[in-house]
Amino acid sequence: MSGIFEYNGGSIVGMKGKNCIAMACDRRFGQQMSTITTNYQKVFKIQDNILLALSGLNTDIHTFYALMEKEINLYNLKENRKMKPTTFANLVASALYERRFGPFFVTPIVAGLENGKPILATYDSIGCKSDLDDFQVGGTGGNYIYGACEAFFKPDMSPEELEEVIGQSLVSGCDRDALSGWGGVVYVLTEQKLTVKILKTKQT
Amino acid sequence: MQYFDNYLQSKGGYDYTNAKRNELMKAQGFKEMPFTKTGTTIVGVLFDGGVVMAADTRATAGSIVADKNCEKLHTLAPNIWAAGAGTAADLHHQCAHFNAKLKLQRLNLNRQSRVNEVITKLTSKLFPYRGQIGVALIIGGVDCNGPQLASVSPHGNYVYHPFQSMGSGSLAALGILEAKFQDGLTKQQAIDLAIEAIEAGIFHDMGSGSNVDVVAITKEGVDYRRNIRQYNAKSHQKQIPYPFPINNTPALRKYEFNFEKQELTEVGQEMEIIE
Repeated sequence: MSGIFEYNGGSIVGMKGKNCIAMACDRRFGQQMSTITTNYQKVFKIQDNILLALSGLNTDIHTFYALMEKEINLYNLKENRKMKPTTFANLVASALYERRFGPFFVTPIVAGLENGKPILATYDSIGCKSDLDDFQVGGTGGNYIYGACEAFFKPDMSPEELEEVIGQSLVSGCDRDALSGWGGVVYVLTEQKLTVKILKTKQT
Repeated sequence: MQYFDNYLQSKGGYDYTNAKRNELMKAQGFKEMPFTKTGTTIVGVLFDGGVVMAADTRATAGSIVADKNCEKLHTLAPNIWAAGAGTAADLHHQCAHFNAKLKLQRLNLNRQSRVNEVITKLTSKLFPYRGQIGVALIIGGVDCNGPQLASVSPHGNYVYHPFQSMGSGSLAALGILEAKFQDGLTKQQAIDLAIEAIEAGIFHDMGSGSNVDVVAITKEGVDYRRNIRQYNAKSHQKQIPYPFPINNTPALRKYEFNFEKQELTEVGQEMEIIE
């Protein structure tokens, strides 16, 4: 039995560009060494300008996403306005820390655009927010993707360039991880458009 | 049921609903992922008229550096700062919580916060949790009783001493402090001593690294220097970039969703707060 975070596998990565952000994830859902499905969704659209990527134990991914969806719906109804990405990033940190002694086994990445400014934050499983870097990774293949990102990334890329770089970093990283892969999905968010691209990868 | 959920939500505090499930999983043999810890070297030095605190900026998750430039110096009050070592999430959230608690108290009582208040509140909170909240803090500030420096351990023990160091690099830093500390230092001497102590931690301890942050608190105000020293700056730029041709990565399908530009504005009037 390996770790709880290695039970289902999966990798996610987020990057900042010039007035745009990109998120990418793999598509594998497995149970230790078996693969159950190759079309599992790990990046969720919380609002038109906020994306939430989750990696870790899939049941907690699903539960945590449902919890965040509930929070943002309640916020919209109570406050009658959209939530800012920085507010949502803090909300995720608080929601994770609330379960400090019985945590969700997820490592989220929040990405959003606040009046054109890109916001990107990642957390450990108990809500330590880290938002100073221009790219963040999570999941079993995270450490391999770190290496690829450090090499390929440069600041202030355009949305088209960012899409290529994040796609290549994800694929390079996942190729070295047995528990991630089976396809990739890249989301690029600009102020008026969300582009979703399903990558063709090695089918293993 | 609805009422009960709302009641629990408004009560605040920790939510233990997943605790039983997690214990069962651990019993079955699964290992948890390590929390982000601030391996850390933090120091505090008392000088003539104030207090200086310094910290490194590395946050680790197991043996990976999770954050190369995190902030370990937290504001608890305009005249009281805390340097934190331990579990990063606990540090961040507890410091934010105490910041808010102290501000509320200042608004109610119309008095400056005091260092011994902070120590009492902190230790009262930490002790019942038996060290499970992993915060090891150095608290320093200048209040009506003069400049004070104390350290608080995760179990709720506190110590007042003119110089402190905590974290995994504390022994390295303590060597410098024990050798070079004197009473009656000037502000600049204290800052230099603190930086030297952190340097010792950065170079000798694996859990500490990157840059040095310093804050000097006096009666006149606070002097915060983020990244006053940087030892690990990228010394070379990539000469040959990796330009990927656009639309080169093969795709199976592509979708586009257009939406209206989001104008995020503050609604309503800002509240007047007289402090």
